[in-house]
Amino acid sequence: MRKLTLALAAFAVGATASTGPAMAQNEQFLPSLVYRTGPYAPNGIPFANGVADYWTLINERDGGINGVKIVFEECETGYATDKGVECYERLKGKGPTGAGYFSPLSTGITFALTEKVPGDKIPLLTMGYGRSESRNGAVFPWNFVAVGSYWTAADVAIQHIAKEFGGFDKLKDKKISLVYHDSPYGKEPIAALEARAKLHGFTFKGIPVTHPGVEQKSQWLSIRQDRPDYVLLWGWGVMNSTAIKEAAAVGYPRDKVMGVWWSGAEPDVTPAGDQSTGYKALMLQHGAGKAKVHADLEKHVIGKGKSPTKDDFAQVLYNRGLLNSMLGVEAIRTAMKKYGNKPMTGEQIRWGFENLNLTADRIKELGFEGMVSPIKLSCEDHQGADVARVQQWDGKNWKVISEYYTADRKILDPMVKDAAAKYAAEKKITPRDCSKES
Amino acid sequence: MIGLGQFLEVLFSGLLSGVLYSLVALGFVLIFKASGVFNFAQGAMVLLAGLALVRSLDFLVANGFPFWSAVILGLLFAAMIMAITAWMVQRFVLGPLINQDGLTLFMATIGITFVLEGAAQMIFGSDVYPLRLFPTDAWFLFEGNFPGGLLVSKIDVWGGLIAAVLVAGLAVFFQRTKTGRALRAVADDHAAAQSVGISLNWIWFIVWLVAGLVALVAATVWGTKLGVQFSIVFLALKALPVLIIGGFTSVPGAIVGGLIVGAGEKLAEAYLGPFIGGGIEYWFAYVLALVVLMVRPQGLYGERIIERI
Repeated sequence: MRKLTLALAAFAVGATASTGPAMAQNEQFLPSLVYRTGPYAPNGIPFANGVADYWTLINERDGGINGVKIVFEECETGYATDKGVECYERLKGKGPTGAGYFSPLSTGITFALTEKVPGDKIPLLTMGYGRSESRNGAVFPWNFVAVGSYWTAADVAIQHIAKEFGGFDKLKDKKISLVYHDSPYGKEPIAALEARAKLHGFTFKGIPVTHPGVEQKSQWLSIRQDRPDYVLLWGWGVMNSTAIKEAAAVGYPRDKVMGVWWSGAEPDVTPAGDQSTGYKALMLQHGAGKAKVHADLEKHVIGKGKSPTKDDFAQVLYNRGLLNSMLGVEAIRTAMKKYGNKPMTGEQIRWGFENLNLTADRIKELGFEGMVSPIKLSCEDHQGADVARVQQWDGKNWKVISEYYTADRKILDPMVKDAAAKYAAEKKITPRDCSKES
Repeated sequence: MIGLGQFLEVLFSGLLSGVLYSLVALGFVLIFKASGVFNFAQGAMVLLAGLALVRSLDFLVANGFPFWSAVILGLLFAAMIMAITAWMVQRFVLGPLINQDGLTLFMATIGITFVLEGAAQMIFGSDVYPLRLFPTDAWFLFEGNFPGGLLVSKIDVWGGLIAAVLVAGLAVFFQRTKTGRALRAVADDHAAAQSVGISLNWIWFIVWLVAGLVALVAATVWGTKLGVQFSIVFLALKALPVLIIGGFTSVPGAIVGGLIVGAGEKLAEAYLGPFIGGGIEYWFAYVLALVVLMVRPQGLYGERIIERI
């Protein structure tokens, strides 16, 4: 028995020692905060796989970023803010230049890390989530809510609903409800929806659902009584499929339920089976399906057995993981143009993000044509894009049902400005003067 | 009439949801009655049973088995997994901890929770797996009296029926069978039961097996309702206030506690929620439990403990 215990202990020590990446001086360390277990794992896994596969592709196909190999390490957060912060503290100093950037895939963790990254000088890439006002790079120098914020999503959702009803004037006296995850993530779109409600005269009602969202019966019974004209869904993980099932149970038409882009992936609809047919969701530009980059992944990563990916290849959240990694890699590549082909520090990568200019040609060259439209970030603008589309689940696949909508910046920019100014006042931050940044 | 209709709808759905909480709470009661161990792992056992069932079912259907024979084989496989779990828990955790303090045993079950959660996801996967054993649509009753009728979910009614059959079966098991009587004897006094030749190890295996089978029954209903997935473990947290209200040692208490928690939280969400921001049902059940604790610490049906000082 003692021998067995010693053998197990030796195995445990050996296994622990082999999990950390071996670092060399010419390697770029990138941390990956993931959730492969727990209630949000069905959504966390495909995203994490997409992130990892793209970095592996860069190493396998190109030999790294301009010759600098990427070394990455995953840390399991379980979507819990405390664990996310723990992972951040553990990984921020790794590698020859420290962690390049963090992508927590959690608005709660983003809120917590927003307080920490200025001190550590590490960018926070929160593509399609996080604080909407962090678009303002003067107040939030380290946050990059690239591609779209929740206010973008809320604005586009109302534009689509207005189009379905025949115009913005038809929204008057309509009722639109928001079923949301009772967390910073779920609450984020409320300000933008209230602004639109005031503008067009519709009644807006927010209906919170407690984590993890498996109990929504009373919320949907209240929807059955209120009979709103449209229901927006701001859920994550199991909350989404539960909402769709409850909508079906109370007889609420699924084609009048529209989710945000974090409620519009395969794990959100397949558990509800046929009940999901007709359900709509916003797209963070891309959807499911293959582009040119997927052929490279099949050849250099999946074909070589270097991917944990199984059925989720080219699904919505896998593709989002790819896109997330591509933005990070291109920011590093941009930074290298200024600082040289060597591992970049967080501060240098921030410069890379702020000077990132992905043109249509470059997107095509990277193999992402059709997945994302051109993005240009700057010191002032950490979002760089304002467009989204709408997709609908036909029972088997997501079908794109709209053209690109552009969020109305006349409505959103003052909101960003006010919220950022309020944050700066609270935290005693002196906004940067972007005209003096090079 | 709309107000009354909504009230009745919320009340019925709450009562039926409460019965589903009772299904999980019953597993706690069984183990606590027979061994005095508060089994924190009951939620993880529901997850393990559900994953074993749904994954074997999917495998069998994919290999050409007719659906209902695949269901029976899947249930047998999941029952076997729960039997193995019960044996391992007894052999490697509770057996070595015999005669230890109740708190030590409780801590051990927390450890079992994490092992079961991790092992279940590692072996069977961490995706959402749909299980379609019962209908999930709804009846609309009294449409002439209430606009749109009164909505009653079929899955909730199925859950209620299954709970009734389960409680009846457990009552017969405890009252009429030799093993059931032995379980009650162990619950009353470990040493006295051992002195008349009852094997404590065997009894503990049986009780964990029965709790595992109750977890499997709960998994069939909750799995159909939500899909089999990790969030099912959170049901254990819903069962806690049910136990506090009903009492840790009473099967009828688990049912009544479930009804009170289910109806209370749903009515609170529907009628108090709009005034205090909503999303209150998760903690409202604990408010109810606290109230009961203050008035009757042993729960509505629990045994009053009188100790000589």
